[in-house]
Amino acid sequence: MLRLPRFSYRRPASAREAAAMVAEDPEQTLLLAGGTDLLPKLKRRQLAARVLVDVRHLAELAGIRPGPAGAVEVGGGVTLAAAAGDRTLVGALPGYATAAGQVSSPPLREAGTIGGNLCVDTRCNYYDMGEEWRRAIGYCLKKDGVQCLVAPGSSRCWAVSSSDTAPMAIALQGVVVLVGPDGERELPVADLYRDDGIDYLAKRPHEVVARLRLPAPPGRRSAYVKLRRRGSIDFPIAGAAVALDLDGPAIVSARIVLSAVGSSPVEAVAAEAFLTGRRWDEETVLEGARLAAGPAKPLDNADGSHFWRKRMVRVVVEQALRAAAPVPAVSVAGTAGAT
Amino acid sequence: MVNETATAGEVRVVRLRVNGELRSALAPVHATLLEVLREQLGLTGTKHGCELGECGACTVLVDGRPQLSCLALPVQVEGREITTIEGMAVGPDLHPLQRSFVETGAVQCGYCTPGMLLTAAALLEEQPHPSRAEVEAALAGNLCRCTGYVKIVDAVLLAADRAGTGRMPDGPVDGAGA
Amino acid sequence: MPGGGGELQVVGRPLPKVDAVAKVTGRTVYADDVVLPRTLHCKLLRSPHPHARVLAIDADGARRLPGVHAVITGADLPVAYGILPVTQDEHALEPSKVRFVGDPVAAVAAVDEETAQAALDHIVVEYEVLGPVMSIEAALRAPVDEPIQDYGGPANIHKLVGLEFGDVDEGFARAEVVREDLFFYEGNTHLPIEQHASTAAAVDGRVTLWSSTQTPHYVHRALSRVLGLPMAQIRVIATPHGGGFGGKSDPFAHEIVVCKLAMMTGRPVRCTLTREEVFYAHRGRHPVLMSVRLGATRDGAITALHMRTALDGGAYGSYGVASTFYTGALQTTTYAIPAYRFEGCRVFTNKAPCGPKRGHGTPQPRFALELALDKLAEDLGMDPVSLRQRNFTRPFTRTVNWLRITSCGLEECTRRVVEASSYHTRPRRPGHGMGFAVSSYLSGAGTAIYWNRMPHSECQVTIDRGGVTVFSGATDIGQGSDSVLATIVAEELGLQPGAIRLVTADTDLTPVDLGSYSSRVTFMAGNAVLQAARRARALLVEAVAAAMGCAPQEVVVAQGRVGDRSFEAAAALAEERLGVVSASGSYTPPDLTGPYKGAGVGPSPAYSYSAAVVEVEADPRTGVVAVQRVWLAHDVGRAINPQLVVGQVEGGVYMALGEALLEEQVYRKGLHKWPSMLEYKSLTALDMPPIETFLVETLDPEGPYGAKEAGQGPLLPVVPALASAVHDALGVWVDEVPVTPEKVLRALTDRARGGAGRVGPRTFPAIPYPACIKVAPPDAATATV
Repeated sequence: MLRLPRFSYRRPASAREAAAMVAEDPEQTLLLAGGTDLLPKLKRRQLAARVLVDVRHLAELAGIRPGPAGAVEVGGGVTLAAAAGDRTLVGALPGYATAAGQVSSPPLREAGTIGGNLCVDTRCNYYDMGEEWRRAIGYCLKKDGVQCLVAPGSSRCWAVSSSDTAPMAIALQGVVVLVGPDGERELPVADLYRDDGIDYLAKRPHEVVARLRLPAPPGRRSAYVKLRRRGSIDFPIAGAAVALDLDGPAIVSARIVLSAVGSSPVEAVAAEAFLTGRRWDEETVLEGARLAAGPAKPLDNADGSHFWRKRMVRVVVEQALRAAAPVPAVSVAGTAGAT
Repeated sequence: MVNETATAGEVRVVRLRVNGELRSALAPVHATLLEVLREQLGLTGTKHGCELGECGACTVLVDGRPQLSCLALPVQVEGREITTIEGMAVGPDLHPLQRSFVETGAVQCGYCTPGMLLTAAALLEEQPHPSRAEVEAALAGNLCRCTGYVKIVDAVLLAADRAGTGRMPDGPVDGAGA
Repeated sequence: MPGGGGELQVVGRPLPKVDAVAKVTGRTVYADDVVLPRTLHCKLLRSPHPHARVLAIDADGARRLPGVHAVITGADLPVAYGILPVTQDEHALEPSKVRFVGDPVAAVAAVDEETAQAALDHIVVEYEVLGPVMSIEAALRAPVDEPIQDYGGPANIHKLVGLEFGDVDEGFARAEVVREDLFFYEGNTHLPIEQHASTAAAVDGRVTLWSSTQTPHYVHRALSRVLGLPMAQIRVIATPHGGGFGGKSDPFAHEIVVCKLAMMTGRPVRCTLTREEVFYAHRGRHPVLMSVRLGATRDGAITALHMRTALDGGAYGSYGVASTFYTGALQTTTYAIPAYRFEGCRVFTNKAPCGPKRGHGTPQPRFALELALDKLAEDLGMDPVSLRQRNFTRPFTRTVNWLRITSCGLEECTRRVVEASSYHTRPRRPGHGMGFAVSSYLSGAGTAIYWNRMPHSECQVTIDRGGVTVFSGATDIGQGSDSVLATIVAEELGLQPGAIRLVTADTDLTPVDLGSYSSRVTFMAGNAVLQAARRARALLVEAVAAAMGCAPQEVVVAQGRVGDRSFEAAAALAEERLGVVSASGSYTPPDLTGPYKGAGVGPSPAYSYSAAVVEVEADPRTGVVAVQRVWLAHDVGRAINPQLVVGQVEGGVYMALGEALLEEQVYRKGLHKWPSMLEYKSLTALDMPPIETFLVETLDPEGPYGAKEAGQGPLLPVVPALASAVHDALGVWVDEVPVTPEKVLRALTDRARGGAGRVGPRTFPAIPYPACIKVAPPDAATATV
């Protein structure tokens, strides 16, 4: 049986206290919420900690409630299952509920949390393996090694951001409330990530994701489409989060953020610029999807080859755009074809 | 196991409410719920296939919801109601799902069965009349290599159907030896 | 002939499994649930190198750790073993050389698993790294440093086979159409949910092993050899299985190591593999590269077949010699091929050893042959079903390679799935497709793993005032063999299966049975218990007849009664007369081997038959293949328990779809690419299509009540039928398993660029096959049986 390494367990009374506990020894202390990412990684010795600080029980991290200016606030400790089934989210921000409901498998969604999924470690199939395997292959840059094994010439780590909810939260212009030892601060979710497989989070290690605030202006449309090999369990091969404001047929604003195409969620800026102000029709959707897929550069370190994953980005973006808002039917020639 | 070497880690008394009984165990804090159930409390009906949250074999119920015991710390579930496969039957009477699993042939090697049964029980508690697709979705975190899931899903639907119509047969399961 | 007589009472009824209640209540004790006081925990130190010499091992650091009770290395277990007598090439702990990442070199027994694991870091192994061989092509080239094994050759070739039945050149000469196609079937693994586990205890010079093994008898033999103990001092108990599929059929390092450590420490020792280690234990599906050359007349009669195979065997022999022959053995059981040449080759590579997985060596050539027939049908402008029917093997004939065919439900199986699926009137639209294929499998291998004249299955039935007990060495691996044996005995004694007590798979208590492999239990152990039960019944009947003053044939045994009294009263009466009523039964398959070297692989007392139609929606934009429905008809001879047979069919279809669509045991940089259940993709409940199963009963003359196998055969036709359906949907050929979305897209891209619209191997390597042994086919007198 694969077992956890030894650690001490601490149960703070508040998020601030939790942050203070981590800040005491940030190198050796990790926050524990649902444990679905952390505990397997401890078992495989991908992460090491002398102390785990549990935030799962904290009441201030619980609940989904109305926030200021019509926003919805989701507690960092809310489980993915609870978020996926929440009536408010399903009604006002369906893309977010969908994303939460697409993470991993049913039992893991019962444990995994909103805060945890925003902070989920980047993935690489040279890194997400047991200690003996990683030792045998010679350890990678992300953990204990000196060289990136997927791009040996590279000085950086290319592990893949694989959160389903993060791209959606960014597309919805969400803000996280982070609690440190001295109080709270707010950070747009878009600013929570760095394009680096190792140092992928911009938050300080001790900061607790207390809640996620998602603006929900009337009429906002959203959708998330995830591609994976199986109907469950798997991380995204490609994911597309779309948030859309339409005024009749006119696109007031469009935000498209991609999952699993880089070390952070990737915003499809060119596609967004193209879509804004245009008419919501078939041609616009196709071109938007084409532009969105442009910057995606998958590597051979996740499920499926780079050849296939690269081609699939456009498909998932197109599907997400269609899911966000029905596209008026027009006849467009030559939409089929693999490439 | 608490022994001469493991005591170097932090050891605690955990008090767990398991299958309606209050049980306590002296365990290192880094021992998972799976390890404590199997190794300290002797509840070996909870299985394990990966210990990484990838197969669902170790599923138990915590306050009625499916949780993977390989990724749960006992200290996190103190005071909550834990149900393992050993707690599904009431005395000698099989739970309706256990009965339907036996009758439909949903059990082959039986190794995924405890996790499947408990997950299905949580589903029927929440949604007494699920569609086939809903059953498949609910069981999608529990891998089975024997059955192709067909008879497992059939069994869940049969139990749901019987609960709806009150057509629960009496007496021991026909022909099966215990 | 077995199965004669009146109406069957319990055979043929869909009764629940006899062990199901224990399983649904969590009471079944699997190998990792065996708890003995004072048990020590064992961990194995495994090689980090794919290929290296072991120069020195210093384990003193580990031995000094508190809580460590013993550390052993190859020097402690110097005797080699292996499942086949011809390939005794494994050591429980490799003393001088490691051959794949994961090959064990040392073992620790410690007070707990954590301590044992920590101790591994204190064992220093000095390696001299050798050049790894990671592909069939590389294995055929001269080795960089030295060959992986010190036998076989040239290069890293393990085994070469060449057989020719009939005049193949003449067959191709008279063919009006000849085509040759290349195929590749990637390796994959069993992935039982239960990780292998063993516990051993040694007391007073006797060793007991509890283990999740499919073959307690073969483990028993290997332990005797390696530990140097007489078999009588070793007891092997095969615990109920959390999934086998062929993956627990070899003697494994951890099984031997825990016995040795238990003997050394005087305490029970347990080892449970981690999931990663299960991938290294492997013995799964061989990757096989294949060439199929088919000749036929314009009207679709096959005139000749030339099949070449190259198997990537991994680092050790395992069942590999048999696997190699199996890639050539069963083509003829479905098609009456008049002239057949088979050339097979197995190579060693620095990967986890391959062995038997559900269908052992036959899914790969079945995939190749069925797709080749589809292509031939296209060439001939024939319906693929008609082309196959034109060539179907007939019942009670002998094949060109001397296999004896008895009952054969090919026609009926085909009719059922073709009709139910409306295959011939299917909607023809882009993206939608159906594929059809057939197959055949053994009901137990006709020869044992080691040559001997003894029965393959032996059992005992005892009856006394307490009831009926069956003692059988057969191992229930989840397929329901316990239930089948109980059903047969119950049928003969007029009881219900639940009334039969079973003692199985314990070498101290049960007579020898070769194990749960090659789909042999229902047929062979079933025939053995049938014989024992009939003998025991005769003793009861005799006693009752004497009491009733009538002839034995007037005594009816049915529904809990023997003649004029209850079964219990009859048992007591017989016990008064005879003491314990005891009868043994055994089964030895008839000698069916043909008159040539290599004829030992392929013969079986009966063959099952399957036919499948797979329906898919294939998305030309993503390459994603969504299986809509599978129709599968299986000729099981007689379904002793139709619910269990349908369960085997559904499980076989499931496993086939996993192999066909996404399961891959592949390597990168000398390592298994993804030894985890997350990355090695196994279908979830959401990925399974509806399956329509049809059981065809042909009542085989030699099977118990006419029964044949069901555990392996139904997997076989599904894989080619799926690839065929993709072709039907999109017009492209993916001549490689798994059929991934990427390959479908590549094939479409190939076609869009003016290519053939195909993905698959383009060349077949030059292999120094030996000159074929020429075997004359059976003459007209022996061609029907």
